[in-house]
Amino acid sequence: MILQALAFYVFAAITIASGAMVVSSRNPVYSVLFLILAFFNAAGLFVLIGAEFVAMILVIVYVGAVAVLFLFVVMMLDINITKLREGFLEYLPIGALIGIVLALEIMIGLGVFGGLPTGTVASLNKAGAQVASIENTRAIGQVLYTQYFYLFQVAGLVLLTAMIGAIVLTLRSRPGVRRQKVGEQLYRTKEQAMTIVKVPSRGGL
Amino acid sequence: MYETAIDFFTHNWLGQAIVILLECLAVTVPLLVAVAYMTYVDRKVWASIQLRRGPNVVGPFGLLQPFADGLKLMLKETIVPSSANSILFIIAPMITFLTALIAWAVVPFGNGVVISNLNVGILYLFAISSLGVYGVIIAGWASNSKYAFLGALRSAAQMVSYEVSIGFVLITVLLCVGSLNLSKVVLAQSGGFWHWYFLPLLPMFVIFFVSSLAETNRTPFDLPMSEAELVQGFQTEYSSMPFALFFLGEYANMILLSAMGAVLFLGGWMAPLPFLPSTGVWGVIWFALKIAFLLFVFSWTKGTLPRYRYDQLMRLGWKVFLPVSLGYVVLTAAVLQFGGWVPKI
Repeated sequence: MILQALAFYVFAAITIASGAMVVSSRNPVYSVLFLILAFFNAAGLFVLIGAEFVAMILVIVYVGAVAVLFLFVVMMLDINITKLREGFLEYLPIGALIGIVLALEIMIGLGVFGGLPTGTVASLNKAGAQVASIENTRAIGQVLYTQYFYLFQVAGLVLLTAMIGAIVLTLRSRPGVRRQKVGEQLYRTKEQAMTIVKVPSRGGL
Repeated sequence: MYETAIDFFTHNWLGQAIVILLECLAVTVPLLVAVAYMTYVDRKVWASIQLRRGPNVVGPFGLLQPFADGLKLMLKETIVPSSANSILFIIAPMITFLTALIAWAVVPFGNGVVISNLNVGILYLFAISSLGVYGVIIAGWASNSKYAFLGALRSAAQMVSYEVSIGFVLITVLLCVGSLNLSKVVLAQSGGFWHWYFLPLLPMFVIFFVSSLAETNRTPFDLPMSEAELVQGFQTEYSSMPFALFFLGEYANMILLSAMGAVLFLGGWMAPLPFLPSTGVWGVIWFALKIAFLLFVFSWTKGTLPRYRYDQLMRLGWKVFLPVSLGYVVLTAAVLQFGGWVPKI
């Protein structure tokens, strides 16, 4: 238990510290790198509460794909760092307000102010206990493909639409671009590819 | 307080920590020796392909060559370019090396011989192998050199592209197994080589192998470090130990992906014929032989094939492997469902 508690405090402290560094570091590349560190430690916290599947998906999706693209874009941009810092204090109150609102919402959701109907917490705990007895991959699969099937499909369709949208926005037909068409190359026969010319002696072509 | 030593190592947290540390060492040390000798075998294989002898001066048959190389790199001066971002410049090779090492925590070497028998082992491997790209991108950016940066961009695009098809390959395998646990993946393939997944999933095995060549930036996909255009790609500015870490990390990654291939498609620790022993140390030997075979194919490809052009590389990843692997996932699911072979979980 000591090791688990120690791991929790290490992960939690690093998550919060790197979250603060994302906002306050001077170089945007550092910000993205701290964001990655925060994702990573959040995944560690998920592992500690026994949600291994969510932890791995967090690392695969956010660290392995989303943050790579972030880093890619931020590294390519030529950002003037001092200019970026100028409005920092101006936006601080708005940012703090949003932060406080989010924190309050989470607290209401957890029933800190006693707003929850009685029994909700108990039923949540019961559901958690049931989940703990089977692998959590299977537990997620069981509700995702039964109770939330339509929502799951709709989420997939929304992502598909976004993907098609991105392709439509960037796809332009550019005339004059020579493309390699592998199919055509492979189906070319000897007759199409070369002609045999009988060259008369001393005549040339 | 603790009656026996066994009691201490299983119940006291300090004892458990010592056991975990020893387990990690028991995997890491042989792995590093394997990495060292992989560089040697690699060079010997290329040499044989080109009708040369390869390293044969240091020690008998040149067997001490990897250690001579290591010593040379260790004794060299570590040069950090003055315009480089020195912290990230030093961290990048460490990331590459570490991600190649920590993935081994879930690889089963035998029946029950595994550091952590994680229920989501396949996902863990996939997550860790997708982290390798950070070492490369950070190295390229922190070097503050155009060759390094170009190499890093190429590498990042390439690794992200081929991860997609590797993901689909993993999904087909876990559809057949019905579990994300790597030990269960191996156990599902028990009973002779005709039960291994490379036969029913042959197209996926080929896609997995080619994608792992691309993931490790090996020929014919070594565009990130193509010496004719980019000097040495993202490694251009590195020297001495940081360079050695990149080099070791790259080979450790190759061994890791070969181990993944062996577990997913070649039956892990299982013996090729059912009457041969596959328990205890025999399991480790079979597993090592399968990894060695895949690594030989890695070297063989490098000695044989020319480098792809960048647009050809992207075409292969997105227009060939992605649709084929996606189609095969659907096909496998359909065959399992309608053939009545859905694994019972």
